[in-house]
Amino acid sequence: MRDRLNSGPGLVLVIVYGIFALSAGARATVQITTKFDEAPEAYLLSALAALIYLIATVGLARGGAFGRRLALVCCSAELLGVLVVGTLSIADKAAFPDDSVWSVYGRGYGFIPLILPIIGLYWLRHTARADRAAGTH
Amino acid sequence: MNETLGAVVTVAALAVGLLCLVAAIRNRPPDLSQFVGAALVEVAALVLTVVAVVAMIGGDRPTEVGTFVGYLFTFLALPPVGIALARLEPTRWGSVILTVAMLVMPVLVARLNQIWEATGA
Repeated sequence: MRDRLNSGPGLVLVIVYGIFALSAGARATVQITTKFDEAPEAYLLSALAALIYLIATVGLARGGAFGRRLALVCCSAELLGVLVVGTLSIADKAAFPDDSVWSVYGRGYGFIPLILPIIGLYWLRHTARADRAAGTH
Repeated sequence: MNETLGAVVTVAALAVGLLCLVAAIRNRPPDLSQFVGAALVEVAALVLTVVAVVAMIGGDRPTEVGTFVGYLFTFLALPPVGIALARLEPTRWGSVILTVAMLVMPVLVARLNQIWEATGA
């Protein structure tokens, strides 16, 4: 279904989220299947992050009320995740021996993991307002 | 990994990315030149992949084969997905989608190189 959420800039968000879902997912799969014992928490965290990116991609691509709700939950979880993990990874380096996508606020990925949920949440709000103004909701 | 092919993909993707960026700035939807450009980048990416896979079968492979293959999937999927999404969006944002897809390709080449070199092979 095409609506305001997955049109224009929304579709740009879909491809960016898709790239993150795919690369984070591939990385987490490899980490968990080949060296899980080295840093189980970090790798499970990577897998969780990948799952959140994947669901956000689906929500944004799907559009509609349900897609919007999925995307809202995932973008919020992502922002919380990157802030909490980012802070903990600086405060307690020993707890995060192996880099995850959210370590040091996503520094390994050009801080995009920090910026992306903020843009996502802004876009969700922006389109919700536009929809309300147009009376389609 | 074959560095020449990596450089070819990088240069081609940057050139097509620039073309798409200019179109986006000029408020133009993606045109045929952008789609053909992205398709050529995909062809170069396919050649790189085939050469890398042949090398891996021949025994010349990175330690983290899994990670390398994982990134290869992202690498191969990106141009077609970008083209498909850009076709859905015949506005300037379609050009932005292709710009993003093309500018991420050099990053993926760098990552693939990095993973390959990590072995010292």
